[in-house]
Amino acid sequence: MRKTIIAWLLPCMLLVVPQAQAATLDDLQLLKQQMRQMQEKIDKMEAEMQASKQREAEAAAKAAQPVPPIVVQAPPVNQGDAGSGVTRSDANAFNPQISMILNGSYRGFSRDPALFAVPGFATGDAAGLGDRGLGINESELNFAANVDNRFYASSTLSLAPQGGLTVEEAYAQTLDLPAGLTIKGGRFFSGIGYINEFHPHHDDFIDRSLANRVFLNNTFAGDGLQARWLAPTDMYVELGGELLRGDRFPGGGAALRGSGAWDAFLRLGGDVGFSNSWLAGVSWLGNKPTGRASFDNAGAQTGTFDGNSNLIIADMVWKWAPDGNPVERNFKLQSELFFGNEQGAFTDAAGTPGLLTARQRGGYAEAVYQFTKGWDIGVRHSMVFAANSGSAVVPGGVLDAAGQHPWRSSVVLGYANSEFSRFRLQYSRDHSQRLVDHQLALQYIILIGAHGAHQY
Amino acid sequence: MKSLLAVTLLVTSLFASAMPAHAAMRVFACEPEWAALLMELGGKDVDIHTATSAMQDPHHIQARPSLIASMRRADLVVATGAQLEIGWLPVLLRQSANPAIQPGKPGYFEAASFVRMLEVPASVDRIQGDVHPAGNPHIHTDPRNILLVAGALNERLQQLDVAHADAYQRRYKDFSGRWQAALQRWQAEASPLHGVKLIAYHKGWAYMLDWLGLDEVATIESVSGVPPGAAHLADLLARQKVDPALMVIYAAYQDGKASEWLGSKAGIPVVKLPFTVGGSDQAGNLFALYDDTLQLLLRAAGR
Repeated sequence: MRKTIIAWLLPCMLLVVPQAQAATLDDLQLLKQQMRQMQEKIDKMEAEMQASKQREAEAAAKAAQPVPPIVVQAPPVNQGDAGSGVTRSDANAFNPQISMILNGSYRGFSRDPALFAVPGFATGDAAGLGDRGLGINESELNFAANVDNRFYASSTLSLAPQGGLTVEEAYAQTLDLPAGLTIKGGRFFSGIGYINEFHPHHDDFIDRSLANRVFLNNTFAGDGLQARWLAPTDMYVELGGELLRGDRFPGGGAALRGSGAWDAFLRLGGDVGFSNSWLAGVSWLGNKPTGRASFDNAGAQTGTFDGNSNLIIADMVWKWAPDGNPVERNFKLQSELFFGNEQGAFTDAAGTPGLLTARQRGGYAEAVYQFTKGWDIGVRHSMVFAANSGSAVVPGGVLDAAGQHPWRSSVVLGYANSEFSRFRLQYSRDHSQRLVDHQLALQYIILIGAHGAHQY
Repeated sequence: MKSLLAVTLLVTSLFASAMPAHAAMRVFACEPEWAALLMELGGKDVDIHTATSAMQDPHHIQARPSLIASMRRADLVVATGAQLEIGWLPVLLRQSANPAIQPGKPGYFEAASFVRMLEVPASVDRIQGDVHPAGNPHIHTDPRNILLVAGALNERLQQLDVAHADAYQRRYKDFSGRWQAALQRWQAEASPLHGVKLIAYHKGWAYMLDWLGLDEVATIESVSGVPPGAAHLADLLARQKVDPALMVIYAAYQDGKASEWLGSKAGIPVVKLPFTVGGSDQAGNLFALYDDTLQLLLRAAGR
């Protein structure tokens, strides 16, 4: 409507203007430009009017429309199929789930970490503290998938920050053995204790407890076989055993023709009401170390050990969440106790041999409370104690406990933006030695790739 | 020698595991809605263990020892699928040492395989939060889907427990008849809800919105699975002035703080919906779940 009026008006205006007079070429150009702009404006207004009319009409139609009749629609995809309905046929569809964990930290120590030691303990290569300052830690690359109808396999590769690739885990496990049996073979984190089986990015603290570090060199792993049996009872009862190569601390040297470590564990668990659940276990680990090297925190060898090593671990975890819903708030209490005994010969760094009977005890307890979604706070106390005897125990030597009862207390604050990005700030007061070490650490953990399922 | 001892111990325990014959089929239901459906279809022929309650977020369940123990003896696992249980079910399945209920076996049933999926993303990127590549997994919020799942579940129950096939069929016929009638009733009751605008806490209601013709104008979680920030809540409030929603809805298992705040600031009712069976005092079974949900929505809409 408006368009037509203006379409008439414009030529009239043009007629009225005395063209022959002062109307220069520039003026005409200006006029033409103005006309074009006007036309554009009009077009735009019209389009808007049209659109709003259409919206009104749609709304009216929607309001007037009766409720659609019930249609129980069957899916277009294959029914009766036990699969997920995804029908991709390309070869990539069979790719394993891949995830990568990146983490880095800042660490501050009031004492030189090279001086760190735990008196009375000849520790493995991974028991010490990390380096001072900024740095990334090991990146983990995990591949996991069902192999076929009978096996599941998982492999975790660790990329050290200084370069080099190590196989942390590479195992296959059965899926269809009868009577509650599962057999796992390959390289894996041992099922002894509670926290040992977990990769460190699952932990609530930046580092493992003093006890896990000195007794299990952070994580006890091995190449070999594991058998587990799950009882057909209402209560969770699991019995497991492992036969391993025995070349990892507290073993060493792959004794007995490469079968120098063995262990057994029993685990019980259940619920108490809707809000509480628990898991408790006892494990026994035997090793026949031959030429087991121990190290100080600067990486220098402190000696070698040949003999027998036995370790008993008792563990307990209690979890609470209101109505069993851990999303907003939850609480976890966790503790492990270690009882170690070793008999054999210890040869110190200078090559002087001696006899050793070691009675070592230790443990930790920790409590972690998530007070609101994404935020948690935790405290942990760990302590170890060694009573060593024999000719290998010399004053000032690595096996001399020097009357010390090493302990360490930590407080951690954790923040998770999502399940895939986490940050932690931890302060520890380390009384491993006579002089107190104040330790501060800030860490990030990032998961990219497949969404992992978490064990209890 | 010591390893020999361990092996002997294992072999002995093998004999101890010889299970007594059981009368009822053991079913492990991952969510309460499937437990309720199994109760309707299986009656006394099934022994149901429900893994989660209406007060728990089915995305985030701890793989508790009791769940492993119960899955160990299950003849059938009924899950929603579509990656809803991805954070905990795979570890339960692996640790259960039970070959009968592994994915691909008749003892493993995924409800989402039998319905038309909504909100299947064209692309997935975690910048959108914890998205589900197979589509929105909360299929049970539309009761029409219950009928589809019931049909498939009935077949599966009969396949696994041939001896009681007739009883399952009879119960299914009875249930589907009652359910069709209820669908007609709900459809009539719900007609005033058509086109009603609302704000939801989580993208958990796609199928209910589709069923009732509700219009979800926004969600309080700006990114799925990540707690809402203050800026996003302020945006929602500003948006309310331009395109007002009639109510805020959230599920019984979710924290209501953000929803309550928004509702009180915007001056609109906040509705805590049961989401699944057991989510409210009224929602004691499948029928009551949708009865209660509709009543709560109608009351909030003032219709």
